[in-house]
Amino acid sequence: MTPSDLLSILPLLVLVVWACALLLVDLWLKRKGVTAFLAALGLALTAGLALAQAGEETTAFGGMVALDGFASFLNVLFPLSGLLGIAVAYGYLKRMNIERGEYYSLLLFSTAGMMLMAHAADLVVVFLALEFLSLPLYVLAAFARPRLDSEEAGLKYFLLGAFASAFVIYGIALIYGATGTTSLSGIVAAIEAGSLGTSGLLLTIGAALFLVGFGFKVAAVPFHMWTPDVYHGAPTPVTAFMAVGAKAAGFAALLRVFVTAFPALDADLTPVVWVLAALTMFVGNVVAIAQTNIKRMLAYSSIAHAGYILMAFVAFGNPATRADAVASALFYLVTYALTSYGAWAAVIALEKQDPSAGSGQAASGLEINDFAGLGRRRPALAAAMTVFMLSLTGMPPTLGLVGKFYLFRTVIEAGQVWLAVIGVLTSLISAYYYLRVVVVMYMREGAPETTREPWLDFTWAVSALATVILSFLPMALFAWASAAGVMGF
Amino acid sequence: MLLSETAISPLFSLAPLIVFLPVLGLLLNIIFGGRMGEKAIGWLASVASGLTFVVSSLLAYGLWAAHGETVVVPFADWITIGSLHIPWNFRVDTLSVTMMLAVSGVGTLIHIYAIGYMHEDVRFKNDPKRFRRFFVFLNLFIAMMMILVSGDSYLMLFVGWEGVGLCSFLLIGFWYDMDTLGRPSWANSNAAKKAFITNRIGDFGFLLAALTMFWAFGSVQFGEVFGKAEEIAAAQPAVIIAITLFMLIGVTGKSAQIPLYVWLPDAMAGPTPVSALIHAATMVTAGVYLVARSWPLYTLAPDAQYIVAMVGAVTALFAATIAVGQYDIKKVLAYSTISQLGFMVAAVGMGAFVAGMFHLVTHAFFKALLFLSAGSVILGLERGHHHLAHHKGHEEHEGKHEEVFDPGDMRNMGGLRKRMPVTFWLYIIGTLALAGIFPFAGFWSKDEILLDAAKLHPEIFIILTTAAFFTAFYMGRQIWMVFFGEPRHEAAAHAEESPKIITVPLMVLAGLSVLGGALNLPGVHTLGHWLEHTIELAEHELHLPAWLEISWGGLNPVVALVSTLLALLAIYISWLIYGRKPLTAGQKDPLKKPLGFIFTGMENKWFVDEGYWAVFVNRYVDIARFLADVVDWRFWHDWFHDKVIAGTYVWLSHIALNRYADQKGIDAFFNGLGDLTKRLSAFLRRLQNGFVRSYALAVMLGVIVIVGYLLMK
Amino acid sequence: MIPLTYYLVLSAILFTMGALGVLIRRNALVIFMSVELMLNAANLAFVAFARQYNAFSGQLFVFFVMTVAAAEVAVGLALIVAIFRVKHNIDVDQMSSLKG
Repeated sequence: MTPSDLLSILPLLVLVVWACALLLVDLWLKRKGVTAFLAALGLALTAGLALAQAGEETTAFGGMVALDGFASFLNVLFPLSGLLGIAVAYGYLKRMNIERGEYYSLLLFSTAGMMLMAHAADLVVVFLALEFLSLPLYVLAAFARPRLDSEEAGLKYFLLGAFASAFVIYGIALIYGATGTTSLSGIVAAIEAGSLGTSGLLLTIGAALFLVGFGFKVAAVPFHMWTPDVYHGAPTPVTAFMAVGAKAAGFAALLRVFVTAFPALDADLTPVVWVLAALTMFVGNVVAIAQTNIKRMLAYSSIAHAGYILMAFVAFGNPATRADAVASALFYLVTYALTSYGAWAAVIALEKQDPSAGSGQAASGLEINDFAGLGRRRPALAAAMTVFMLSLTGMPPTLGLVGKFYLFRTVIEAGQVWLAVIGVLTSLISAYYYLRVVVVMYMREGAPETTREPWLDFTWAVSALATVILSFLPMALFAWASAAGVMGF
Repeated sequence: MLLSETAISPLFSLAPLIVFLPVLGLLLNIIFGGRMGEKAIGWLASVASGLTFVVSSLLAYGLWAAHGETVVVPFADWITIGSLHIPWNFRVDTLSVTMMLAVSGVGTLIHIYAIGYMHEDVRFKNDPKRFRRFFVFLNLFIAMMMILVSGDSYLMLFVGWEGVGLCSFLLIGFWYDMDTLGRPSWANSNAAKKAFITNRIGDFGFLLAALTMFWAFGSVQFGEVFGKAEEIAAAQPAVIIAITLFMLIGVTGKSAQIPLYVWLPDAMAGPTPVSALIHAATMVTAGVYLVARSWPLYTLAPDAQYIVAMVGAVTALFAATIAVGQYDIKKVLAYSTISQLGFMVAAVGMGAFVAGMFHLVTHAFFKALLFLSAGSVILGLERGHHHLAHHKGHEEHEGKHEEVFDPGDMRNMGGLRKRMPVTFWLYIIGTLALAGIFPFAGFWSKDEILLDAAKLHPEIFIILTTAAFFTAFYMGRQIWMVFFGEPRHEAAAHAEESPKIITVPLMVLAGLSVLGGALNLPGVHTLGHWLEHTIELAEHELHLPAWLEISWGGLNPVVALVSTLLALLAIYISWLIYGRKPLTAGQKDPLKKPLGFIFTGMENKWFVDEGYWAVFVNRYVDIARFLADVVDWRFWHDWFHDKVIAGTYVWLSHIALNRYADQKGIDAFFNGLGDLTKRLSAFLRRLQNGFVRSYALAVMLGVIVIVGYLLMK
Repeated sequence: MIPLTYYLVLSAILFTMGALGVLIRRNALVIFMSVELMLNAANLAFVAFARQYNAFSGQLFVFFVMTVAAAEVAVGLALIVAIFRVKHNIDVDQMSSLKG
């Protein structure tokens, strides 16, 4: 461990230390708002350091950790996502009487785990990062403790998450067995050396199990079944944070590992990924139609979006489209982050405690029909929600359109035209349930009660503006994503 | 070519004024008439007309000084298209100047008369505001007539021809919304329409002539056409005959000959000054002028000439017989006009151009006199009627006004010579001139026509003489019925004489009717020599019987004697029937019983109008109605348009496209798809059953499938 | 020497049994125990491979896995206790209020 090693993961280190300190400091803080502020400060600092680091390319810790464009890109995305996570949680926790300082520390830890995932250059580190980011999330999911659905969500997430991690580990074991190393570069070297023989099969199955485990994390069908329940049961700010961060981290791992280490396996794995992508898009969009609860609807929608990114992921094997695959996936993750946070912020604004509830009851105000009349009550919020819905559908003039466009282009470049067709058709289906929200907001009579919290309003307002404005000026973002797509090592 | 460039006497440069003075008059009346009084309007128009007469006189003088040499005064370029060049030139020659003088002279007198006449008429009809319009139209007429007679080409002539036709329409239908008594009626508009349409048929003939001329001669200018006439006649004689016969159609329209005369009697619906000016003295003579002007063409087509003469002669006799059975004072004069026009047309048809023009001029004098005097009579009766109404008091006032009283019906008149002496004497003078009694103007002109007829075409002489007999008879009948005997109506009993503004112009005309013969006394032939500069009279080799050879200084005593005796006889017979035992109120015409159905025919104008209606007009209306109702409405609109086109379209859009393609096809398909998706969604949803173990099972199944697949490879 | 495949087969059997345990058992704790069994199956595989390659990295990985497993246990048991406090039972089939 050299100083330069430490320097290379400086933002991450800072964040971890800050999180530990916060945990301690929180004991003395009566007003948890200060904790939130400190947490935000820490994240801002981290983001700044990550930006400062952008452009550097090194490996550290004996090749286990890499710092390149890919890592920098995600290292800026994760803290910012964390900041938004704090913004939406700040008022919510108070409102729902679950305000405890540990929330923010847990959030910081999870973010640190995601950042570690971005740095990972060795399967061990990948596994560690996976657990590092997941364990806090299990706790956060069950954070609204007296409520049964929150605890149930936490338990389900935990049990299934542990189950999936077991697959990941076994897969890594098989890969190790096949190649004799867990280092990504080592694996590549081993494959290219061609000295595998029968271990080739082990490698392939190992890679498949790895894919299964991370498929769980990103909610690919048929490993998606935890998503609706967990998203529904967890406190909404946690859901927002999970939906963006965990998914992005999961994709980061998949992209990093598959693009770097397993391109040679594409002959075997591409059909698998193809089927996964197709199924995910299909199931995600179709089942969302039948939903009446907005949280579940957005959960299925996030499954569908994972499907779209998987669609671009299909191109990982082809060297010509590889960089594009990564770039468009990263671009879409940013798009999805903005839109998702905004939509979840809007949901939080409408969520309220059920007054007739005892301690074990669910929150209310989360049915789609509760959005009725929002267009009149809070026109700005309704407009923002409309923007988010349009972006998720992929309609102009939102960033979602640009993102989807890049994804489709990558797929077609890779020659998977039928997959693109399925993508388009399912997008079409998705228009129904997204626009249903818009219809309900504007064309039904109702009197929704909403909360106005400054940071919450800030979140959805900024997200909406960014979604629209960036759709006209995506060039900078896309350039950065493209640069990140060429993985440095 | 500018006027200044022509080396002619500066007098001739005044020529365009004959058109533009009346135009100026009418414009001033239009613009300022609202602010001027009736007298001012009337006098302005009369002065415009008078100045036209002055200019015409100056032109005549200039022409006389130039020894009758024809002068063409160029005015403007009208149409220039490629090789087609039609200028607007003024032709000042003896023939056109004669017409100019007659028209503007008589026209001015009638303008003055009209000031007084219309003053009373608009009050009788209760619309004083219409006074100005009358004089605007009158001036317009003078302008148009001047264009007609001064034109240097058939096209300019036609412009004037149509223009006077328009003015005739406007003036006949002056009281377009009411009848003679002021009650709402279509009668006058119908009369105006009839005049216009009948004239249009004539104009069609004229146009055919002009177009044929253009086609054969390459020009319609008088100079060029007449220059080439002989050459074309030699090469294509049929062309000349065609042109002259087509022109005849125009003449029968404008100059009211058989078969297109039917508009003239109806035209009496217009105010009396209009009847006098347009339908007696000037417009109707345009046809005669046309034939006289086209003498080079006619002399080259003797067959056509004979037809023209025959048409004129037959018309003269036919109209005269009708005049015998008419009861309206103006209608008698109208048919008389048709008859006299027949004389003129016969004359120019025979080649006796001078005789025809002479009679045209004298007829203008005495016919205008007669019409205007008749107008005076009618006014007198109207005054009497009005007087009655006021004197009798209110209750009877009501009753009297509801009674239908026609001031023009001779059966309401009688004994007017006592009540309106001036008018009476004027009328006598006019009658004598018309009847052709020596030494009035009519005697000289009619006699010359008869003489020429006797020399050239004896059969025409017989017809015309018979017509002359009837002429004297119906005029005598009229005199006895109107002025002698006892008044047959209260209004006649109270009739009043007309004011000076009406009677003075009449006296001038009376003077002209007495002395007009001097224009062309036999032997002297002043007019004849004057016209000879323009019209070359053919020398005929005639073998005449001895009695026709006699010439007392140009006058043939036999013909003169025969015509005068016949006229006197006719007047005597009319006295026997109408004068000796004057008619009483309500008595039927004494000729009715002896003549029976002949008189009925005369009364009803030989049912010609009814015949036209039955044969032509109604058939035309039937065709029009058929085309409109059946072809256009029932077939095209109702069936084809509504059923076929609209029906097809409706079927196509409602049934084919809307119901089948859209609703049952496309909608059903897509709704079905949406429905399917929804059901799929509901189905898949049930997989998410909330049990962790089933979720784990799903993961396990996924793993098994993937691993299995990879193992198989 | 025991051939590598024996170890691998054993590892696979253990893994499968663990998976079956997760699928079949209703008690949350037992499910968690089955997951631990799966992790240990992986550990066995790691060690076997490490032996094969004569490398330490595999064995090191086992430490990592065990550490992580311990952390997971801490979190998981906390969650299970929290639920037990409310529902007084940890039958996972009874925790199915979130569905659809």
